[in-house]
Amino acid sequence: MNRLLSHRISSNGAVIDRQKLVHFEFDQKKYTGYEGDTLASALLAHGIHLVGRSFKYHRPRGIFGSGSEEPNALVRLIGDKSSEPNLRATQIEIYDGLIAESQNRFPSLKIDFLSINNVFRRFFPAGFYYKTFMWPASFWMFYEKLIRKAAGLGKLSKKYHRPERYEHKYAHCDLLVVGSGAAGLQTAIIAAKSGARVVIADEQHRFGGWLLTDNDFNINQIPAASWVHETVKNLQSAPNVTCLSRTTVSSMMDDNFVIMAERVTEHLGKKDMLLPKQRLWKLRASKVILATGAIERPLVFSGNDLPGIMLSSAIRTYINRYDVLSGRRAIIFTNNDDAYFTALAIHKAGGFVRCIVDLRVNPKSQIITKVRKIGINILAGHAVIAAHGLRHIASVDIAKYNSGKQAPTSSILHMDCNLLAMSGGLNPVVHLHSQRKGKLVWDERTSCYRPDNKSDEWVSVGAANGTFELERIFIEATKIASTTIMKLAKENNKIKTKELVTVPQIDKDKQNWTPLPTWLIQAGQPHVSDKTAFVDFQNDSTAADIKLAVKEGYSSVEHVKRYTTTGMATDQGKTSNINAIGILASCLNKSIAETGVTTFRPPYTPVSLGAIAGRNIGGLFDPVRKTRMHSWHQSNGAKFEHVGQWMRAWYYPRDGESFQQAVNREVYATRHYAGLLDASTLGKIEVKGPDSAEFLNRVYTNNFADLPIGKARYGLMLKEDGMVFDDGVTTRLAEDHFYMTTTTGGAAGVLSWLEELLQTEWLDLRVYLTSVTEQWSVASLSGPNSRSILTACMSENKNITDDFPFMTMKKSFIAGIPARIFRISFTGEMAFEINVPARYGAALWSHLMKIGKEFNLTAYGTEAMHVLRAEKGFIIVGQETDGTVTPHDLDMGWIISNKKSDFIGKRALERKSMNEPQRKQLVGLLTADPSKVIPEGAHAVLDPNQEMPMEMLGHISSSYYSPNLKHSIALALLKGGLNRKGQTVYIPMLDGQQPIEAKIVDPVFFDKKGERLRG
Amino acid sequence: MLKIKCPFCGVRDESEFSCGGEAHIARPTTDLKLTDKIFSEYLFMKYNPKGVFLERWCHTSGCRRWFNLARDTVSHEIIEIYPMGVFPKTVKGKKAYQANWRRKSKYEAVSKPAKRTKK
Repeated sequence: MNRLLSHRISSNGAVIDRQKLVHFEFDQKKYTGYEGDTLASALLAHGIHLVGRSFKYHRPRGIFGSGSEEPNALVRLIGDKSSEPNLRATQIEIYDGLIAESQNRFPSLKIDFLSINNVFRRFFPAGFYYKTFMWPASFWMFYEKLIRKAAGLGKLSKKYHRPERYEHKYAHCDLLVVGSGAAGLQTAIIAAKSGARVVIADEQHRFGGWLLTDNDFNINQIPAASWVHETVKNLQSAPNVTCLSRTTVSSMMDDNFVIMAERVTEHLGKKDMLLPKQRLWKLRASKVILATGAIERPLVFSGNDLPGIMLSSAIRTYINRYDVLSGRRAIIFTNNDDAYFTALAIHKAGGFVRCIVDLRVNPKSQIITKVRKIGINILAGHAVIAAHGLRHIASVDIAKYNSGKQAPTSSILHMDCNLLAMSGGLNPVVHLHSQRKGKLVWDERTSCYRPDNKSDEWVSVGAANGTFELERIFIEATKIASTTIMKLAKENNKIKTKELVTVPQIDKDKQNWTPLPTWLIQAGQPHVSDKTAFVDFQNDSTAADIKLAVKEGYSSVEHVKRYTTTGMATDQGKTSNINAIGILASCLNKSIAETGVTTFRPPYTPVSLGAIAGRNIGGLFDPVRKTRMHSWHQSNGAKFEHVGQWMRAWYYPRDGESFQQAVNREVYATRHYAGLLDASTLGKIEVKGPDSAEFLNRVYTNNFADLPIGKARYGLMLKEDGMVFDDGVTTRLAEDHFYMTTTTGGAAGVLSWLEELLQTEWLDLRVYLTSVTEQWSVASLSGPNSRSILTACMSENKNITDDFPFMTMKKSFIAGIPARIFRISFTGEMAFEINVPARYGAALWSHLMKIGKEFNLTAYGTEAMHVLRAEKGFIIVGQETDGTVTPHDLDMGWIISNKKSDFIGKRALERKSMNEPQRKQLVGLLTADPSKVIPEGAHAVLDPNQEMPMEMLGHISSSYYSPNLKHSIALALLKGGLNRKGQTVYIPMLDGQQPIEAKIVDPVFFDKKGERLRG
Repeated sequence: MLKIKCPFCGVRDESEFSCGGEAHIARPTTDLKLTDKIFSEYLFMKYNPKGVFLERWCHTSGCRRWFNLARDTVSHEIIEIYPMGVFPKTVKGKKAYQANWRRKSKYEAVSKPAKRTKK
């Protein structure tokens, strides 16, 4: 084919389909690959290594790994209507029409202006942000903008509404197997035959794990690939097994609650609209087997981040799975046997292995002998001490190396190459174990942290457990599967425990798994700096950063992690953490076990926000509650406001009216004629039972035991700390039956609080509570004409309105609808709250509006309600109160009963500090300029000319223009306010505006005697 | 996310419940005339042990009933679930009850704990 595909080798049974060509785009250039390719393998097939610039120094970075451990190759996928940043090219399956672009470069990958940071590297040491941008503090706003532009990973899609769909799925199972390599498949197939409900999940697009890369041997006398194929087929056909590929187990929480992200259609070019892009599984598993495998460690030496330097295992994976040879002149740098398999693979694929640089002085095993026979040069006891190249590796410096003394011991050998494979040993993927607070133990033989496997709920097996030799993996997996099934069978007698599977026999070249841990290759050369010996590739932290942190006094592994940001990028240190701990340990002269390990936290790989949100977006984000009168409000042009989940009519503008004009009209009409408010959203609780009166006596500050039947009383509810919690009117319907109303926003909280008291504090009280908020529709009729309108609406007993005193309740019929009518008022006018069974709400409202027409009845919204009550100085809990306000602060001492020996909050109110004269207290404010309305939340001061920071007197809680007084009015909580009436305060404004001058007055602005209310 | 066995509904996910904090806090009534200092122990001071903790939970999104629960704050192991108004029965639960500083507090000595009664 063309020159661009020259890195493809002849097929040897890989995961790609060479018959199916796929076209895609990367950084505005068109490329081709094959079905089954990842973006990384397809780019490597075109000889493209350089795919990104690094986070801090903008150094050129290439494809490094082959799976979710990839730190460098983060790309952005561009869709028709949206884009998604920070996706790993090693995990993106290509499809026809895929468009990807590189990130963190400006203007292009090859020329990046910010790579100047690389030159000024010495100015970006560990803790750089903490040290540099501290002073002067006021400059932070300026620094922040610069940092945000230069740093950060990827760009977010600006579109809020994405065309893709995500969904959530809840499931249960007996056993979850995480990972489908040799260990995962072996445990799953045994569990499948036991009859247990099994889920097996793997983040890759097909099952097989490492057996997809290394499979040139037999399992049970059949080729390994065929064994995988057979086993997967058996699992897929078992009715009790759910096989989930492309599914990342991202979090494992208490009691085996597991979150998994399944990529359902992401890999398809043509989207199936019936299927979601991703499915987020919330799975509860009785037992979990972690067969998550291991990730290879890089080696830390100068220049180890150049494109063309890759993990040895990744190079082998690209050859064996994708027919891609990443470079033709290769050098292998290793401290273990596994890299020799890579040497063999490169050799077989037609590449030239110049030499194997092995840190071990005298390595011996079956595989090494085999490699030596082929004629590959092995430099034992040597190290690569530096790599050189501009945007790709061109050569390396090799020297004899003494690992104990950490120093080269010979002159330097210069060797050119275009591919360097590095292998520093294996790290078991212990993330999920660690997330569950499982402990890790340092294993000297295999030099890795492995799980302690002490839990009864989950267990690690195979490479995830630090067992790296395939024969031993199969033995271990078989044993662990059997014991886990025994445990499950104790809970579920349908599960069979008979041993159904034997340990598979394999004929693989033997390796000797004893890597020689060497955490940092010290060049020992003045011209080679460890400032380019990278530990964390994604966060650009180096060996020099860790050394500096130690020099500056950091010794805890958790502190060094945060100070240098090692292991804190989106890859969460999958390749860097153990190397960092190794370097730290040697700096501190401690062993690795003494140094300790940081805790892995969820998620394993980043989870898309779309998947977390699922279907709970847009209109489904939060339920919306509407009253039964909603459609009337809508067809009469109401503007709505959200009060909690409720939608309430805010104001009803008529032709061309502004907000203020509409509110003024509604307020005026209610004071002069009559107004009608939809008050259905008020919380309503039925309180029943022989001890109801005693109960209300204990939760309200005032007395309810002596309330006569048919009478209503306003009550204030406190919490145990003496602070106002809620208010409302409660009416006695019968000896043992009360009807309580609460604030709209407080309804749920009040019910919960009362239930808590009854169930946890006063278990002896026989009281029963029922929320009836949604069972009643309420229309509040108020104004001088309200009595006439009510009389006209009555279908019988019209005379009851003649003798209907304030704070009483009567039952009657309005337009044939049974109603409870309460003479209570929140406007200061004569008012009737008409409660009808909810379903009659719309009928009641229309009837009142129809009859009320000749009495000038006007519908008013919540804004007019606020103005009307503020004119009367009535508080709104949550507006005048904020959890720090007592009844005394509101000048409502009259509501606190002296006769009752106890109620919730009584003792707290007697505390000394609660009676401080300088507490913030509720007052009214009248502005000097009657048209100037103070912004709510503004602060008041006595002297506007004082030095900053000014001494604040308090804040404005409510502020409106009162059309009845033709004056701006406000309620405020001011220090010692009750004794300040008559004083002048100033409200400083932003942006150089003149402070607003106001006089402190009584909070009741209108009808101080309350004659209109009672009349 | 914990699995919690509601005594009335059975095993449910933690997200259906809400934790109401420390259990067995006796409420001193105003007529006891406690000093501010002693009363403030009740009002403000909390117990936050590492280990077994007795707490109150409510099956908020289920039956809305309250119950007591003994939980290890380190391992999250649930040791015991028991009704409101009674004391823990397990050895660990009893030990945790005694370990709480409230057992020695002056306000608790005079306050009556909530008691389970037949209605």
